[in-house]
Amino acid sequence: MADEHARKWDRCLADTAVKTVTGLGVGIVVSFIAFKRRAWPLSFGSGLGLGMGYSNCQHDLRSPYLIHGRMVKDQ
Amino acid sequence: MLRACLRGANATARKNYRRIPLTSLQQCRHYTAGEGSSASKVVVAGLLTVSGGIGGTVLYAKWDRLCLCVCVFSLEECNECHEHKEATAVHPAPTEPMKERPVEEVAARLAQQEQEEQDISASVSASLEDSLASSAKATLQAIGAQEAALQAIMQHTDKLKEAMEAEVLPEEKSNQWKDLEAALADRTTALNDARAALSKANESLDSLRSVIDESKGLKISSVRPLVLAAEENLHNMVVDLDKMVMKCFCVLAGKLSTDDLNALIAHAHRRIDQLNRELAEQKVREKIHIDAALEQQKLEDQKALDSAVNTALQHVKEEARLDQERKLAELREVMEAEMRTQLRRQAAAHTDHVQDVLKVQEHELKAEAEQVLSSKMLEQETRYRQLTQEQLDNFTLDMNTAYARLKGVEEAIDSHVVAEDEARKAHQLWLSVEALSYSLKTAEADVPTVPLENAAQAVRDSCRDNDFALALASALPEKSLQRGVYSEASLRARFNSLRSLARRVALIDESRNSLYQYFLSYLQAALLFEKRQEAPPSQLSSEDLDPFKLLSYASYCLEHGDLELAAKLVNQLRGEARRVVEDWLIEARLTLETRQVVNLLSAYANAVGLGTTQAP
Repeated sequence: MADEHARKWDRCLADTAVKTVTGLGVGIVVSFIAFKRRAWPLSFGSGLGLGMGYSNCQHDLRSPYLIHGRMVKDQ
Repeated sequence: MLRACLRGANATARKNYRRIPLTSLQQCRHYTAGEGSSASKVVVAGLLTVSGGIGGTVLYAKWDRLCLCVCVFSLEECNECHEHKEATAVHPAPTEPMKERPVEEVAARLAQQEQEEQDISASVSASLEDSLASSAKATLQAIGAQEAALQAIMQHTDKLKEAMEAEVLPEEKSNQWKDLEAALADRTTALNDARAALSKANESLDSLRSVIDESKGLKISSVRPLVLAAEENLHNMVVDLDKMVMKCFCVLAGKLSTDDLNALIAHAHRRIDQLNRELAEQKVREKIHIDAALEQQKLEDQKALDSAVNTALQHVKEEARLDQERKLAELREVMEAEMRTQLRRQAAAHTDHVQDVLKVQEHELKAEAEQVLSSKMLEQETRYRQLTQEQLDNFTLDMNTAYARLKGVEEAIDSHVVAEDEARKAHQLWLSVEALSYSLKTAEADVPTVPLENAAQAVRDSCRDNDFALALASALPEKSLQRGVYSEASLRARFNSLRSLARRVALIDESRNSLYQYFLSYLQAALLFEKRQEAPPSQLSSEDLDPFKLLSYASYCLEHGDLELAAKLVNQLRGEARRVVEDWLIEARLTLETRQVVNLLSAYANAVGLGTTQAP
């Protein structure tokens, strides 16, 4: 369980980072396209991503008995 | 009677007194000049009267017998008697002393003469008295008879008058005539009696007269008063008698007056009528009587006939009875003979019966005797059997005891064998258990022990028939058998790493599990410092349930080798910290379980080994 806890944390952090960057990227694109290269879609997108990641991490940590499975391909 | 006579005597005395005082009073009249002398005269007269009375009573006492008879019939006679006595008494009284006075001169001769005279007088007086008594009695009787005759005549006359004059029924009339006839008869008898008595009295009076004449002839002066008295008595008696006779005669003569004659005639006519009537009645009565007599005769004839018939009947009856009796006697004889034969037969039957009964009794008695014999035999047999049985039993008992002992010996030997076997087995078990515990101990740091399967199998093999050990051996958890258990050291090491993690998530539980809480929990873990190891108290209070404290307690326990307590303490963690140390807890439990079973087995093996191992 302890390992799972650590794994969860790893996953959570990774996911949050990804989401943040993704949000940032989407923000850049959106700001580039729609909002005339303003800065706010960037922070908005990154915030969006951060928030999603945070929520996801929280949800994951809240349900401790839910273990993520990994698809193992048959080789 | 005596008193009456005395009263009579007194009355006569008073009469005499009346007579004598007349003379004395006359004398007193002549001598009325001297009062004193009259008084003395009176006194003398009184004295004389008194003496006369006394003398009279004395003489009356002598004639007591006589006077009683007299007083019964008539009191007058008594009085007359007393008169006579008084007269005689009075007169002799004065004469006696007068006689005696001139005689005093020639005392001796006169005394002698007096004596003689007294004797003669006594005898004469006695004879006089006797004759007087007898004559008086006869006179009285005659007087009485005359009186009775008089009474009868009177009665007869009255009855006659009554019968003539009274007008009564004819029956009464006839009754009256009958009474009259009876009265007439009485009268005649009374008259006869009176006549007889009169004759007797006359005889006695004549005798008395003769006696008096005799005594008179004696010419003794002393006798004279007695004689005089007797004469006077005689005279009186004669007078009375004649009076009575005269009375009777007068009454008897009975002149009938003209009225009486007429009455008589009328009565006679009446009587004739009555008689005629009676005659008629009598005729009728006669007829009736004759009829009655005829009837009676008829009845008598009938009675005679009946009686004759009865007698004839009785005779016939008697004859019949006699015949019957005769026949009865004959029949009785015949019956007797028959009875005798029957009795003989019965006697024979009785003897037969008695014989039969005797036979039966014989049988019965025989049977009884046989029964008794058989019972006795049975008894003897049973006793014999009992004795033999007893002997047998005793023998069996001995055999059984011997056998039991033998068995005991065998069992002892077997048990020995068994015990040895057991001991061997116990040893084996012990060895295997030792191997198991050894394999349990030899554990490295992170790697679990070898699977205990082999050792467990060895243990199971060594305790094939021991249920307890078998149960214990099978109580080992599967996981320990398959995978093996972690040692205590590894667990300890693992715990240390877990401790930090548990610290980091100490604040997280179901309600607080947001990321912010995670951050706070991390912050708490970073900032909070507790003792590395703290000795746990004997009892946990609510403040000891803080995760940090618990972890420090658990560390302490682990460091001191008390895995159980550490597990218990760790079990108190809640929330995320609990989830984190769950694995460790499971492992710790497994280890504890396995170790417990192994310890039990070891203890059991030790015990068994101790039990079976004989002390040298």
